Amino acid sequence: METITFDLDQHTLREVNQYLHSDAAELNGKTVTVANPNGSHNIAVGLKSDVNVTIQGHAGYYAAGMNQLANVVIEGSAGTGVAENMMSGRVHVKGFASNAAGATANGGLLVIDGDAGLRCGISMKGVNIVVGGSVGSFSAFMAQAGNLVILGDAGEALGDSLYEARIFVRGSIQSLGADCEEKPMDAESRQILVNLLAESGHQDADPDSFTLLGSARKLYNFHVDNAGDY
Amino acid sequence: MSDAPKIPQTEPRYSATFDKNTAAEIRRAAATGIYDIRGAGAKRKLPHFDDLLFLGASISRYPLEGYREKCGTDVILGNRFAKKPIHLKTPVTIAGMSFGALSGPAKEALGRGASAVGTSTTTGDGGMTPEERGQSSILVYQYLPSRYGMNPDDLRKADAIEVVIGQGAKPGGGGMLLGQKISDRVAKMRCLPKGVDQRSACRHPDWTGPDDLEIKIAEIREITDWEKPIYVKVGATRPYFDVALAVKAGADVVVLDGMQGGTAATQEVFIEHVGIPILAAIRPAVQALQDLGMHRKVQLIVSGGIRNGADVAKALALGADAVAIGTAALIALGDNDPHLEAEYNKLGTTAGAYDDWHEGKDPAGITTQDPELMKRVDPVKAGRRLANYLSVLTMEAQVIARACGKSHLHNLEPEDLVALTLEASAMAKVPLAGTNWIPGVTQF
Ligand SMILES: Cc1cc2nc3c(=O)[nH]c(=O)nc-3n(C[C@H](O)[C@H](O)[C@H](O)COP(=O)(O)O)c2cc1C
Repeated sequence: METITFDLDQHTLREVNQYLHSDAAELNGKTVTVANPNGSHNIAVGLKSDVNVTIQGHAGYYAAGMNQLANVVIEGSAGTGVAENMMSGRVHVKGFASNAAGATANGGLLVIDGDAGLRCGISMKGVNIVVGGSVGSFSAFMAQAGNLVILGDAGEALGDSLYEARIFVRGSIQSLGADCEEKPMDAESRQILVNLLAESGHQDADPDSFTLLGSARKLYNFHVDNAGDY
Repeated sequence: MSDAPKIPQTEPRYSATFDKNTAAEIRRAAATGIYDIRGAGAKRKLPHFDDLLFLGASISRYPLEGYREKCGTDVILGNRFAKKPIHLKTPVTIAGMSFGALSGPAKEALGRGASAVGTSTTTGDGGMTPEERGQSSILVYQYLPSRYGMNPDDLRKADAIEVVIGQGAKPGGGGMLLGQKISDRVAKMRCLPKGVDQRSACRHPDWTGPDDLEIKIAEIREITDWEKPIYVKVGATRPYFDVALAVKAGADVVVLDGMQGGTAATQEVFIEHVGIPILAAIRPAVQALQDLGMHRKVQLIVSGGIRNGADVAKALALGADAVAIGTAALIALGDNDPHLEAEYNKLGTTAGAYDDWHEGKDPAGITTQDPELMKRVDPVKAGRRLANYLSVLTMEAQVIARACGKSHLHNLEPEDLVALTLEASAMAKVPLAGTNWIPGVTQF
């Protein structure tokens, strides 16, 4: 497999991203390594082909933003909005992720080995997110669809104003947000969890140690008696 | 006795404070327990472009000949950073209006009308539809807090991208598309169950202050390989600072929307009480651009209550590069048309006042997702009406510009204007008619 290396000490971000936007014929199956990322923002954003990208260090904001098809590995930690609005593909953060990881993402898999900050999975629209550590407050706020798996603990107001996304938590939960409630673990949800644990390298985690959360659907249509929850 | 003197009665007198509308709203609130939600913009009388007048040419300035001498109307948007700036034949653009709020045929008609006269149209909350991309030769793609329907393929299909921070009708507010309007198609595009109220967030999910905005704009530029102009849209509140921050964050174009600007559905209290009129917002916005040496380099598009060519000319004279229209475009398509009076009556309203657009029962088929009602919009005919109207706006603005001796609409300037009222004079910073006085600027 051919590997191409861009060193951000030598190349501009523009050169890296421009190359990563080349035709699928040029990129498919290739591995592109980004050396010395040093927290640069917007690395490997807008990818749209089946390419492997390894970021050898820490990435700034929006790493792998709006990803389609590509497989991006961040060997360090990621800043705000990693894999935001991802459509497909896979993004793996080996360190920690800052706020709004996987925000509004529609598809694909985001794996975070460490902890994630505030608002992880905010407004998610179909993505799968697996966090090896804990997530900060307001995670899965207004989450519409997809699955958020948290192996550690969750902060305050988890799943506030949740729509149809599923949240699986293994550790403790500081508090649930409005309209988020515990649900019995049905067979379909359990299978989703088992698959996601396997795909994210957590096949040893016991699926039965997780709590499933979903929407109570009380805020789906406005009623004055629920006004205080909005 | 019968010949006792009759005591004069006082006439029944309504309170100016508790007028009929106010009292009716109190009763409605008491009966339902929910605030009033409606479409359209602020309805009360506000300081506006009508409070300004052009001086026209005279002995000291000579006019241009109406039918022979050229008066240019074209405008280039986004030549600060974008490799492919936008060229419009007229400075009147179609504002962002969401699919979901508007029907598919209405969106198509907007595209047809705008394309016919060489101007742009804009998507809205809910994403891009094939109807509008197909029929719009120049399409601006809105990037909104909800990110409903947002996807990178559409981002790349757009001709420009508009990062929406706020709207004049509801600066600081999100959106609410009530369940009635969530058809299968709208639900699918927004990735939500059918029939559920859709709350659009008021803040972007993955950034907060102006420093983050700069990184966000850089991200969109990287994704689109620096080809497309990036607009930033703000509701008019603190225009000087917002425009300065948008420029600093790297915007190519700033869109400034005043409180008269329409909305698909917002609380009445929000529409009428938050934000400032566009008349008061243009000068501070232009000042910010001038202070940064960016006037005409970062273009300014203004909106909120633009109705005719005089409004267009006044907005440009105050320093804007272009304007956007929402409500007026819908009226041109057929919204609130008197020929539907009987149907408006059935809904408890009257043509010209219908604003319950969120209920999805629009007899004109424009602000609805009802498959039967939306058939009433013939996209070709409605598009033609919009094109006609846009041409009139452009020609009217030219009439005024020529009368002021200007060979391009952009040569109009504040010196061409005076104000009819003290408020307008202070807000637009042009002298009160017949005086040299600008309150807050010059001594009386
Ligand atoms: C039906 C309707 C839907 C709208 N939807 C959006 C929207 O999705 N995003 C947005 O930024 N503005 C939206 N607006 C506001 C317009 O973009 C624009 O700011 C406003 O209509 C301009 O004022 P005017 O209506 O007085 O011309 C909407 C307006 C209307 C009337």
